[in-house]
Amino acid sequence: MNELLLIVSIGEQRVALPAVAVESVVELDTLIPVPRAPPHVAGLSALRSRVLTVIDCLRSLELGVSDCSEGIREAAVVELDGHHYALIVDVVEDVVEALSDPSPVRAAMEAGWERASIGMVETETGPILLVDVAALISGAEARAA
Amino acid sequence: MDDLIADFVAESREMLEALGGEIVAWEANPDDRSRLDSIFRFVHTVKGNCGFFDFPRLEALSHAAEDALADVRAGRRQADGPLVSAVLAIIDRIGEMIGAIEAGEGIPDGDDSALFAALEPGAELTAVPVAAAVVEGAGRSAAPRTIRLSVELLDRVMSTVSDMVLARNELARRLRESSTEVSVDGAFERLSSIIAEMRDAITRTRMQRIENLFVALPRMVRDLSAELGKQVLVDIEGGDVELDREMIEMIRDPLTHIIRNAVDHGIEKPADRLKAGKREIGLLSVSARQSGNQILIDIHDDGRGIDGKKLVEKAISSGTLDKAGAAQLSPREQLALIFEAGLSTASEVTAISGRGVGMDVVRSNVERIGGIVEVDSRLGEGTRMTLRVPLTLTIIPALTVSIGSHHFAIPRSAIEEIVRANGESVTFDSLGGAGIATIRGRRVPEVALADILGLESQVREEDRNFVVLRPAGGDLYALAVDRIHDHEELVVKPAAPAVMATGLYAGTTLADDGSPILLFDPAGLAQVGGVKLETHERAARVAEGPAVDKAQTIQVLLFRALDGARRALRLAVVDRIEEVPAESIRKAAGQLRVQLGDSILPLAGVNADLPKDEKVRVFRLNDGTHEIGYAFREVIDLSAIERDVILSDNTGEVSGVTLIDGEPAELVDAHWLFANHVGLSARSGSRKLVCKLPSADSWMQNMLRPIVEAAGYRVVGDEYDGQPDLVIASQGEDAKTDSSGRKIVLRPEREGDDQESIYRYDRAGLLMALKAAGVGGGK
Repeated sequence: MNELLLIVSIGEQRVALPAVAVESVVELDTLIPVPRAPPHVAGLSALRSRVLTVIDCLRSLELGVSDCSEGIREAAVVELDGHHYALIVDVVEDVVEALSDPSPVRAAMEAGWERASIGMVETETGPILLVDVAALISGAEARAA
Repeated sequence: MDDLIADFVAESREMLEALGGEIVAWEANPDDRSRLDSIFRFVHTVKGNCGFFDFPRLEALSHAAEDALADVRAGRRQADGPLVSAVLAIIDRIGEMIGAIEAGEGIPDGDDSALFAALEPGAELTAVPVAAAVVEGAGRSAAPRTIRLSVELLDRVMSTVSDMVLARNELARRLRESSTEVSVDGAFERLSSIIAEMRDAITRTRMQRIENLFVALPRMVRDLSAELGKQVLVDIEGGDVELDREMIEMIRDPLTHIIRNAVDHGIEKPADRLKAGKREIGLLSVSARQSGNQILIDIHDDGRGIDGKKLVEKAISSGTLDKAGAAQLSPREQLALIFEAGLSTASEVTAISGRGVGMDVVRSNVERIGGIVEVDSRLGEGTRMTLRVPLTLTIIPALTVSIGSHHFAIPRSAIEEIVRANGESVTFDSLGGAGIATIRGRRVPEVALADILGLESQVREEDRNFVVLRPAGGDLYALAVDRIHDHEELVVKPAAPAVMATGLYAGTTLADDGSPILLFDPAGLAQVGGVKLETHERAARVAEGPAVDKAQTIQVLLFRALDGARRALRLAVVDRIEEVPAESIRKAAGQLRVQLGDSILPLAGVNADLPKDEKVRVFRLNDGTHEIGYAFREVIDLSAIERDVILSDNTGEVSGVTLIDGEPAELVDAHWLFANHVGLSARSGSRKLVCKLPSADSWMQNMLRPIVEAAGYRVVGDEYDGQPDLVIASQGEDAKTDSSGRKIVLRPEREGDDQESIYRYDRAGLLMALKAAGVGGGK
């Protein structure tokens, strides 16, 4: 019930990530591309001498491609199965408290969101979509392949 | 030996301490089975160790206690007060002796008969030394010099230290970027050296003497030789060489296997040895030494050696090698056949070895940890096996290379050599788009790293560098890279699953400048690059054989064509030779075709009537993408072009003529063959329209291709030289379209205002476009 949520926006959509999953929020500067990796893997970056695998959430949700050319991007660092990932988001907004358990969204969502969402969560500012970090990392195309 | 004794003392003392409480509890309740078991284990362990160290008095004591306790465990005797006391007295005495050993005094002389007597059933409770002696003994000795730690803890410390090194590197980089005071630099230098020292120390904690591995060998060899009726003397050297604990575990099985083989197959029976003029006793020497950051373990026996010719025969009869290839093997390569799966020279299967599985497993196990196993043998004189393994698993020496601005690392253990593309002893041939490099007479497949990765190379082809790689379990290939940078020692960590799934990478690490860098998996690179490790293996060896001293020779297959002419084909384009019945050759869809297994290939070389009612021999030629057949009458020989080629005036099937083995022979132009026959098949043969997809785009290749193929297109890649009927490209990518060809542009976003492109998941739209293009192109 009192789970903390990190509110971020991806593709101009405000969504929530489970705050427990997020280790930190960073600004990425360097990005080393990984040739031949699935397209939603934007590349590698280093944070405090750790290698981060950078995930382009837009791409993972089939909403487009994040522009990483101008340099600094905000990203949420999460750990999954011992690997550290940086999820590129547009903006990190706030941490809020969840007022309900996730409930299914019964309206039709876009395919990418449909795959990556856990459900709808009530917050003080209204309902918000809770996103599955693992689904973002595995990406749409990796799953389809 | 001193170390082992120290270990023994530490272990025994630890057990004694743990037993302290048990003894008291057992005394209170002699029926307690679990207490009895742990005390029994202690005396049993002590007994085992004493036998090894030659401490007869300790051994006798522990043996007596063990016997008595075994009786109790088996229910032959009741644990009564006197027995408990007697056992306790013995344990106390053992404690005293261990104290003495630890103090370096050796075992004092003394009489233990009173203790033995007390153990006898029905013995009276006599005055025996009390437990206080143990406490006293422990108090007397100085603080223990060793402690025992769990391996997990050590691993955690090790990984923290690795992180610390990386953090230091990053700090160093930041300090370089900002101008700092001298005092800060000084402090940082000091920190650096402390960290380096710490890393060394912690690395050593993971090190174990290889003795731990060698200790079991004499016994194993003794048992084996007794079983086989042989006499073998084992000579072990270099037990003090230190090796990563994990590495020791990894080489335990391969080493055991090699030694079993040496005793079983290498060393002869005493009578045979005498007949061969050798000493009755065979000598098996095992030695370890450190060489740079590698450990070399030599296993040498003076037995009968390995018969290379026998191996070759075996290989031919089992089908792993063909006769033509076999003739070209050097003696060393013949021996290396023992690492092929399913080969063994043992004429009979024994319980010990010779089941034909093993040496290939040995090799793959050793190579998996970045090591190499080599064999050298002289018939009748003996065999030497050498294992080369890296010191540790976590720090990998690597070479950094780059394509444009992208940097990558290649594990140094896989690198055979580095050559420049424009070097003197290096030449390149392109066979149907596939690259073959000839490096000092050795043919190796060549792939450009830029092509594998789909990156833009900024260096002209002739200015590139080649890294010749030997991946684990495979054969050489050359990798073209733009630039070669530095040797670095990298702390490698596994990369995220999505990155590992590409099959190209072995892990990630941070370079000295703090940026992430990807470490390649050489075998994965070869696979993705389309290098056929298995099939090229033999071809490369064949090329290597006689050609080594003549760099410019070209290996050809000399054959008689159907019309009787002497002709030659470059060996590298010949995949294999097939024999087909004459009826499987027929004219279909505009040209002659031959059915080989499940595929139908265009057939060339039919310049005379096909022999009726006979089998027709066909070369299967391969340019990496396409296959065609070439009919001929018979193979004359494998040979090499050594003289000048007189080029033909007209382009055609024969590109020129030269003298081979003193007689003229026509050289068949493989390029012309492919250009004509594959081209034909593409245009008229299958009546399929050709669609060109970017080869490097995995989405196109994996997702789109099946749809396009289902729509009736033949899909080709970038390397396709002809004119495709349709080109599909991603939006923003520059795709060359020919005037007549049609083009479909895909955009990744659903929304798009232009009519030129189609959203790439718009299946209906795509199919429409494919169909429309088909109608247009078919006109």
